[in-house]
Amino acid sequence: MTALVTRKLEKRFLGVHAVDHVDIACKDGSITALVGPNGSGKTTLINTITGILPMDGGEIRVGERTLTRVRPTDAAGLGIARTFQNTRLIGQMSVLDNILLALTERSVWRALFERQGQSHLDAAEAVLRRVGLSEKRHANAEELSYGQRKLLEIARALSMRSRIYFFDEPFAGLFPEMRKVVAEILRELRAGGAAVVLVEHDMDLIRDLADFCYVLDSGKVIAEGTPEQVLKEPHVIEAYLGK
Amino acid sequence: MDYAVHILTMIAITGIAAVSLNLLIGETGLVSVAQAAFAGIGAYGMTLLMLHAGIPFLAAALFSALIAGAIALIIGAIFLSLREVYYVFGTVGLNMIVWAILLNWDSLTRGPLGIPGITRPEVLGISFADNTAFLILCAVVLLAVFAAHYAIMKSNFGRVLHAVREDEEAIAVLGYKTEVYKIVIFVISAALVAFSGSLYATYLSYINPSAFTVNDSIFILAIVILGGLGSAYGAIVGTCMLVGAFEALRFIGFPASIAGDMRQVFYGLILILFMLYLPRGLFGKFRI
Ligand SMILES: Nc1ncnc2c1ncn2[C@@H]1O[C@H](COP(=O)(O)OP(=O)(O)OP(=O)(O)O)[C@@H](O)[C@H]1O
Ligand SMILES: [Mg+2]
Repeated sequence: MTALVTRKLEKRFLGVHAVDHVDIACKDGSITALVGPNGSGKTTLINTITGILPMDGGEIRVGERTLTRVRPTDAAGLGIARTFQNTRLIGQMSVLDNILLALTERSVWRALFERQGQSHLDAAEAVLRRVGLSEKRHANAEELSYGQRKLLEIARALSMRSRIYFFDEPFAGLFPEMRKVVAEILRELRAGGAAVVLVEHDMDLIRDLADFCYVLDSGKVIAEGTPEQVLKEPHVIEAYLGK
Repeated sequence: MDYAVHILTMIAITGIAAVSLNLLIGETGLVSVAQAAFAGIGAYGMTLLMLHAGIPFLAAALFSALIAGAIALIIGAIFLSLREVYYVFGTVGLNMIVWAILLNWDSLTRGPLGIPGITRPEVLGISFADNTAFLILCAVVLLAVFAAHYAIMKSNFGRVLHAVREDEEAIAVLGYKTEVYKIVIFVISAALVAFSGSLYATYLSYINPSAFTVNDSIFILAIVILGGLGSAYGAIVGTCMLVGAFEALRFIGFPASIAGDMRQVFYGLILILFMLYLPRGLFGKFRI
């Protein structure tokens, strides 16, 4: 099943057509890679899909729904969880609370009269242990190292228990053993039936992890297919090396 | 002794306003320059209900806090979707409008003459006509507001407020309707400060519009910034300092004609010095 589709999706910044009529499909139980040189529009594409940036054209289909406008608050309701290329954690808040934000009730009235329950704390503990941050639970997020912040954001996304996950360069700045953990997490999500979208520059990782791959250049999809097929196409190699 | 009771009463009443403002600016990052307007709505609402409708103090104060909350709901729904600067200007404008209404709606508010003869409250059969008894009432309310502040910030709701202050959009992506959270805390804060306005009215037994100007809102803002953002405790210490300093300035003996202006200069100066040398305030967890 296809979890999410974009049709002629567009995002422009003044002179730059950062996302230029992009059609992609993200399937359940599969890892879809977005690759492309710096500035090719990968992050902008994710920001447009998740409502961080308003789209300028095209549409997004999630399940039965067709959307031409997405606000940030809509993303979770559409079953989308994401991380940011530059982490956006709540810095002056503990690691544990950052996770609890993803776990506790969203409704205002219940939030006002409830505290986190034991089940929330257990779930937070489990996900923190998964990314090796459980000893840091009481540290503020801003005290963490760069790699730890990336891991915490991945943990926060995991806590959303979504159907669709966007990870924007989740491996950047991680030590090898943590890269292994993150790769394992992505595989587990796939095994659990999630649609995982991965932005990554390391082609070996892409070959290893991704089931399908879109190559972006100047906001356009210039190639798509399995990593094996796509990454040896001459115009893809040229896009990466040519400039 | 009487004088100490007076100062402490003013501290308790102002402290309620400061703690409720801390919920906005300190915890949620929403600067509001309309606290005095909501205090005025509380004070006038309670007074009119008590004098004209014969409703007892507690019911009148609670009802006018509700009115303030309802007005905050409408204002919040309009302004809180705007960008931060516009929202702040919106609160300034609101305060000016409320003040102008209090000043000009003569038939209801008696305009600049103000409303005298507001009696001290009787709550649950206990009279608070005596100054010391009234101080105890104010202290109890302050304590209750302090406890409410604590409970709110320990709830899941409070965690979301903190997150909104730092990165509203990142939290929205998690599925929180952040505008609703902001509106709700705006309403709660308005209702609490309105209650302090009611206490103020019965304490002085007289109100007029000049107690509810933009300047008074800035005064409360200054208290919270001095005490430190994100700390209810700091808000109370800040209140002690600024209200205390104000009252102390009376003893320095400026001529009456410039005493008021000197106070403004004084707290303006304190504010500038703190911003320069202690931007987190005394007990603050955060900078603005
Ligand atoms: N907020 C913005 N305002 C203006 N231009 C922007 C903005 N965000 C991105 N751009 C531009 O849009 C284009 C695509 O940028 P984007 O960050 O999406 O690329 P990317 O593929 O994620 O690159 P990288 O691999 O370096 O992360 C670039 O030309 C960039 O300069
Ligand atoms: Mg990017």
